[in-house]
Amino acid sequence: MPEPAPEARREMQAGLPLATLPGASQPASPAGPPPGGAMSLADAEGPGIQARSQLRMALERFVKHRIALIGLFLFVLLVLWSTVGPLFWKYGYTQVTNDNAAGPSAQHPFGTDLIGHDLFAQVMTAEATSVKTALVVALIATALGTLVGATAGYYGKWVDMALMRVTDLFLAVPLLAVLLVVANKLSKQAGSWFWIAIILAAVLWTPLARLVRGAFLSLREREFVEAERAIGASDARIIGRHMIPNAIGPITVNATLTVALALLIEAALSFLGLGIQPPEVSLGLLVNTGQDAASTLPWLFYFPAGFLVLTVLSVNFIGDGLRDALDPTQRGSR
Amino acid sequence: MSSYLIRRIVTGLVVLLVVSFLMFVIVSLSGDPLATLRANPNTSPATIAAARAQLHLDQPLLERYWTWLWGLLHGNFGTSTTGQPVGSQLWQRLLVTLKLIIPAVILSVALGVTLGVVSAIRQYKPVDHVSTGLAYLFFSTPVFVVGLLLKDFLAVDVNKAAGKTVLYTVGEATPGYSGTAWGGFTDAVQHSVLPVVTLTLITYATWSRYQRSAMLDVLNADYIRLARAKGLTPRRVLFVHGLRNALIPVITVVAIDFAGLIGGAVITEIVFSWEGMGKFLLDALTGTESPDVYVVQAWLLITAAAVVAFNIVADLIYALLDPRIRYA
Repeated sequence: MPEPAPEARREMQAGLPLATLPGASQPASPAGPPPGGAMSLADAEGPGIQARSQLRMALERFVKHRIALIGLFLFVLLVLWSTVGPLFWKYGYTQVTNDNAAGPSAQHPFGTDLIGHDLFAQVMTAEATSVKTALVVALIATALGTLVGATAGYYGKWVDMALMRVTDLFLAVPLLAVLLVVANKLSKQAGSWFWIAIILAAVLWTPLARLVRGAFLSLREREFVEAERAIGASDARIIGRHMIPNAIGPITVNATLTVALALLIEAALSFLGLGIQPPEVSLGLLVNTGQDAASTLPWLFYFPAGFLVLTVLSVNFIGDGLRDALDPTQRGSR
Repeated sequence: MSSYLIRRIVTGLVVLLVVSFLMFVIVSLSGDPLATLRANPNTSPATIAAARAQLHLDQPLLERYWTWLWGLLHGNFGTSTTGQPVGSQLWQRLLVTLKLIIPAVILSVALGVTLGVVSAIRQYKPVDHVSTGLAYLFFSTPVFVVGLLLKDFLAVDVNKAAGKTVLYTVGEATPGYSGTAWGGFTDAVQHSVLPVVTLTLITYATWSRYQRSAMLDVLNADYIRLARAKGLTPRRVLFVHGLRNALIPVITVVAIDFAGLIGGAVITEIVFSWEGMGKFLLDALTGTESPDVYVVQAWLLITAAAVVAFNIVADLIYALLDPRIRYA
């Protein structure tokens, strides 16, 4: 992979070897001038050249990725529509209108179901629930995975052994069976989107833990970590300020893919009747109820299914762009 | 090599043992399988006691696990809550699932490899963009959406156009079919088309991406440049020197994913009402007789053993196809 020259320069300034993952925030001295010999290098650049931060360069790479931009635009649009929309729309998602089983019209853009619920309001709320659930899953899974992976990779030895055996066990236990057991229990009692999010996060954190552990095993042997240790920085500071920023590329990409995965799994669970429970609505649940009348009231199927695909697609596009921007080593395996 | 194999198999068995124990405990503690029986006021205490004894519920949990394990070593999978032996149901279910996933995997490999290779050769050309777009669309689409589209819209239209039922949407065969062997086969094919296509579309998408990136890696390698420089025909460079090497990573992915599908085709099975492994598990965990711990354990053994076995197979194939890899 040919490194662009400015990037190489910037990394040398910061005292980082060339292969550092881009996208990391500044290591070592965040505010002060670059130390020692790197100074002369920076001077040699001359006054006209602005050194760009790695974040800035990652951003530029992302912006050049047209599909990723479309994905981001679409996703932001969907989120805005589903969160702000219900405040202005004339019907609530539980409200029963006088028109039942009506096709799409100016009054009801997405039509209504057999009882008379306005589908536009329902899809809007369902979209919000689905996205909210997926984001919380990604947040918890990423935090947990990073914590476990970082601890295992940084401390090594028996800590690593113990944590990785636990991770292996989570990977070996069939996800589907555990999901069914727990979701079946919980959906009968609480039925809240938050519990579904917790269950999904509990099974989706393992790949990231392995990823972060792998990155940390190599990062902890690097000079800048050694230097930090030599000046007496605490473990928490080394991990939090120097190592995690250097692994932020794969972490972010993984988090995005987790959002897409969580959307699909939540939809599948809700489709089986084990996920989000009425009166709450999610896109998978709407597809499930819509399928019964698929041949007579096809809009009940098309709209929720369409929005579900659109949402997952936009997240996958964003993930693709982020991978190209932040994590060039993993390009294009999907 | 053989010592490596033995070590892998032993590790696999240990993992299976630990996982089976964990699942047994989780499922056993998750509910009372006799709840439905108890709720019925007409059930005599003697019936309940008999059911308890049959399911070994009168034993402590650890002893129950041991009884199950001991029975398993003697080829006994236990009895389901409904009183039927689990073993005979299991093979029937597995057969149904295999009838679904084997054709789907064969089609997916053909489709994934072809599209992946074409995409790589014509990188950034229209055909690559279309194939990439389709792949993205299919791995962003939930299985049940594809299944329902085919079932509720395509099948209805096709059958209407033909004036008779060409594509069946429910079950894996016409119940109680009694006709010629050929008729039975056509019947099975008519039932299989939609579920197999559904699973294929979802599965091939990822594989075509793997194939594309593997092929791109290979095409940029020095030995391909050498092969071209020697003046070999483009066809020979592509298929003998290129594709053969690009297939290695894809084959391992296919082997591992195939194992995952044995338990993971559940949504497809539900949409098309196939009584396969997925439905088996779903009923055992969420049906009226749930939790049916012996059914779950049987399901777990088959699916987990398949995952372990196919992981080993994938590694062996890898070593076989790429002689640089040596397992010690």
